Amino acid sequence: MNNGFDVIVIGGSAGSLLVLTEILDAIPYHLAPPVVIVLHRLRNVQSEMGRLLSTTRQIIEPEDKEPVREHCMYLAPQNYHLLVEADRTFMLDYSELVNYSRPSIDMTFSSIADVYGAGTLGILLSGANKDGAEGLCQIIAAGGTGIVQDPQTAAFSAMPQSAIDMCAGVQVMSVADIKKFIIGET
Amino acid sequence: MKEDISNADFLDIISIVKLQYGYDFTGYAPASIRRRLFRFMSHMRLTSVFELKHRLVNDQDFFARLVQYITVNVTEMFRDPQFYRTLREQVLPKLAAYPNIKIWHAGCSTGEEVFSMAILLHEAGLLSRTKIYATDLNPANLDKAVTGILPLDNMKDFTQNYIQSGGLADFSNYYTARYDNVLIKKELRKQIIFFQHNLVTDKVFNEFQLICCRNVFIYFNRELQNSVLQLFYDSLSPRGYLAMGIKETMRFADIHRKFEVVHAHHKIYRRKE
Repeated sequence: MNNGFDVIVIGGSAGSLLVLTEILDAIPYHLAPPVVIVLHRLRNVQSEMGRLLSTTRQIIEPEDKEPVREHCMYLAPQNYHLLVEADRTFMLDYSELVNYSRPSIDMTFSSIADVYGAGTLGILLSGANKDGAEGLCQIIAAGGTGIVQDPQTAAFSAMPQSAIDMCAGVQVMSVADIKKFIIGET
Repeated sequence: MKEDISNADFLDIISIVKLQYGYDFTGYAPASIRRRLFRFMSHMRLTSVFELKHRLVNDQDFFARLVQYITVNVTEMFRDPQFYRTLREQVLPKLAAYPNIKIWHAGCSTGEEVFSMAILLHEAGLLSRTKIYATDLNPANLDKAVTGILPLDNMKDFTQNYIQSGGLADFSNYYTARYDNVLIKKELRKQIIFFQHNLVTDKVFNEFQLICCRNVFIYFNRELQNSVLQLFYDSLSPRGYLAMGIKETMRFADIHRKFEVVHAHHKIYRRKE
């Protein structure tokens, strides 16, 4: 079961690592929608982030032009923006920082909103800047669903709070409720 | 301005640019280029796509600004330090066998990766017998690259990259700092020739032992990737090397059978026979 989404896209920054791991581990393999994760990370330091994020699931850093597949979890690579093309393949972009970030959550959210429209579930977690807020608004504007981690429970509230301030229709949830929502128990 | 550029408008714009100015963006990956066009419209405070088309048709300077905006001009020295380490350890020793070495940096932007290569060659004792041909489609990038001047702010990151790439010298030996800028030493730049070359429309111009084209392919669709790979294949000497960006792959292109993989993670390939 799930709430009928075609894709789940999750953005996080400072303070999001542990809650992100918790959410990812709660998503069972049989849940079809691809999961795309954008996490602010150091740019040129070798990292095993994919392995750190989940103990149960394999997390792929996609290469350019790789198709977006069901049942798979993807992490935006360091130092690239991650976009999705209309034919549902990934496109990596090495243009300017957006909101001081590359990867930028806004860029991924907005490109996924363009392609998946109402089938998009966007989730924005803890973070100390406003990256992702604009993108979450675009997901909602495209008919999709936008959730933020309750700022009161977030280690850094600025990111979820900016989304709440910027667009109507954002749903505020605890991490436990986000997990339940994804697997369709609410 | 909230509305997007429709697909029909997008195709119109691409077609005007091609007919009027000879720049062919037809094979570019749409997600990124549409976004950049949209940003350009906001930046220029254009209120409609109609206005964009109108200015494009009538104003050459406007077009130059558009090219500056929609081509990606971001680069770093020693981007992906481990890639440079692999070049040092696995590729340059092979190039050392040639009496004269020719390298092509395609899509060199403002030159940071070209200067990085010159430093590697210098440290390997190969620079004096190497010619580096560095090309880009955007003339404004080349004008900047030729000066050898970079913002001082970036040097801290670049120094870190350099050290991680296996560099042992004092990085500041390679430039002189003045006010807010640095000048890359002339000895490092004198083997480099910068000139305009468009991977979409221009042809083979020499034969190379190594072609570096990093983070350029991502902006192309698969058809264009195929044709540019053919251009590179034709421009390589037998057993010549091709280095791409670490998240770029030729696995979706038919021509990949004509290359062998030298380093799978750092995307270094070699022309067969």
